[in-house]
Amino acid sequence: MAESHGVAKGGEAKGTASAHTEAEGGHGFPPFQKETFPSQIASLVIAFVALYVIVSRVALPKVGAVIDARQKSIDGDLAEAQRLKDESEAAIKAYESELAAARSRAQAIGAETREKLAASSDAERKALEESLAAKLAAAETSIATTRTTAMSNVRGIAADAASAIVKQLTGKAPAAKTVEAAVDASLKGTA
Amino acid sequence: MIDPIEQFHLNKIFTIGHIGNQEIAFTTSSAYMLLAVVIISVMMLAAGRQLVPGRFQSVVELSYEFVANTIRTSAGSHGMTFFPLVFSLFMFIFVSNIVGIIPYTFTISSHIIVTFALALLVFLTVIIYGFYKNGLKFFKLFVPSGIPVVIMPLVVVIEIISFFSRPISHSVRLFANMLAGHVTLKVFASFVTMLGALGFVGKVGALLPLGLTVALTGLELMVAFLQAYVFTILTCIYLNDAIHPGH
Repeated sequence: MAESHGVAKGGEAKGTASAHTEAEGGHGFPPFQKETFPSQIASLVIAFVALYVIVSRVALPKVGAVIDARQKSIDGDLAEAQRLKDESEAAIKAYESELAAARSRAQAIGAETREKLAASSDAERKALEESLAAKLAAAETSIATTRTTAMSNVRGIAADAASAIVKQLTGKAPAAKTVEAAVDASLKGTA
Repeated sequence: MIDPIEQFHLNKIFTIGHIGNQEIAFTTSSAYMLLAVVIISVMMLAAGRQLVPGRFQSVVELSYEFVANTIRTSAGSHGMTFFPLVFSLFMFIFVSNIVGIIPYTFTISSHIIVTFALALLVFLTVIIYGFYKNGLKFFKLFVPSGIPVVIMPLVVVIEIISFFSRPISHSVRLFANMLAGHVTLKVFASFVTMLGALGFVGKVGALLPLGLTVALTGLELMVAFLQAYVFTILTCIYLNDAIHPGH
């Protein structure tokens, strides 16, 4: 680095030296030749103005528009992605709440059905039990009636038989009242 | 010895006309200026408009973003008013510097009058826009705030001197760098041919300056970019003074 610097300075020194020696000949160190200045300034003005016009009117607006469009499309895509993400999240939320609602509805229906079935089976059993109880009571009543009838029949037969037996034995028919009282007493004793 | 200064000679190609007694000629320098304009224009206009840029389009968009960011960071978003000017300056200097590294070419910025004209353009832009935008408040530029009254006159004088020496330092920096770099390259390259003429031993010895020439070419590529960037960023800093004086 230091080496190249030294040489550069040497070159410059040589340049200025030659500028001094050749100044009379109209040559000199080229960057310091004043007679070239107007030409260089004129061409620089023309070239730089042309460049400035091209750059400011055409080139930069074009490149800037491309960069802006890219930025806009990236932003748009990101916004679209965010919107879709939000949408899918909302859909998931809706699906979950619907699922929960459906589950609770199903449970409610199940419970209702179970209760209804239990109630109707209860009612049926009650009705059955009632009808059985009624039949039983009817049967018991008929048995009791039959028995009473039978017993009263037995009393008549026994009184007749007793009266017949007494007549046979004594030859004389006893008083009906006496016979009935005796039969009753004996029925009571046996009963 | 090959003359390392010869590369800076201007050859008249044809005469454009006369202003007074002064002949205005189309020279080597004019040709390379037009070449730079053509290269930049073609590059900028031929770039595609794809959403996903290709290599070529990327280069163009990177240079756009690079200059835009340089302005935004050093002159604020108001500085974007001068985007076309700064972009033109950067691309013009950068492309002509890079073209100048190619052997047998001419480097526009190795002539002080060109760099001085560009620096003067920036200087006058700063003054005109500064007064147009801020009126007399532009003089605040020379009066920094928070300075004791006693040393104020001294500071103002220093500020004024530094302000008016700007176009000189601005232009000489670019000119001297390009000139010195090209002289150095030429000197080392001429060592190669001189040593090469001295037979076998000379040819072996020529390998050292040859290697150095290659290395220096790499360095010069960096300098070509760096000096264009330095010129651009100084332009932005000076423009910042015109936009926000009193900082």
